[in-house]
Amino acid sequence: MDDPGHRNHDLGGRPAGRCARDEHEYEAWEKRVDALMMVLWTRANAITVDELRRYIEELGPAAYDEYSYYERWMHGITQALLQRGLISVEDLGKKMAEIEAREHG
Amino acid sequence: MAENSTRPAVPPLFAVGDRVRIRNAHPPGHVRTPYYCRGHIGVVERLCGAFPNPEELAYNRSGLPALPLYRVRFLSRELWPDYSGRPNDVVEVETFQHWLESAE
Repeated sequence: MDDPGHRNHDLGGRPAGRCARDEHEYEAWEKRVDALMMVLWTRANAITVDELRRYIEELGPAAYDEYSYYERWMHGITQALLQRGLISVEDLGKKMAEIEAREHG
Repeated sequence: MAENSTRPAVPPLFAVGDRVRIRNAHPPGHVRTPYYCRGHIGVVERLCGAFPNPEELAYNRSGLPALPLYRVRFLSRELWPDYSGRPNDVVEVETFQHWLESAE
């Protein structure tokens, strides 16, 4: 990928090998992220699908490739809520530390 | 993204059958026009309606006036010179009017 205009997420038309067609179960947290996005989008008007996509597409190549599908959503939702001023970086940090302590403390 | 005829819309510039070239542009933000078709010539297959510009919606702006959305048909071998499938295989891409230039 020599052209800097060819962004990392834009996979269409690139050689990709075979696609895995097997079904898989979603983890509870993945379902929760999906539900959160739907509520924030359709009920709270706190995000649009296009904003979600922008934040995902703006991930650095390494992060984009490493994150799973719903990890990318989580990143996009977080960015939108921060950008719109609905949560603060400080509140987010505190909450993450609280959960970290609860799970691993 | 349901079509809503009451909101302001830009009139369509192209008709079914017109030859169009996708702009070879690389804007930042959220872009729904795939890289592989940029700079390539295709044919308007249908007009899909008019919708708010997603590139603006991505910044939490209105995206209005709504822009005509077209489905453009390309020959696969035109997009990929080393394409090894059938010669008449096609790819259809939906893209907004501001990405199209006349190639008549």
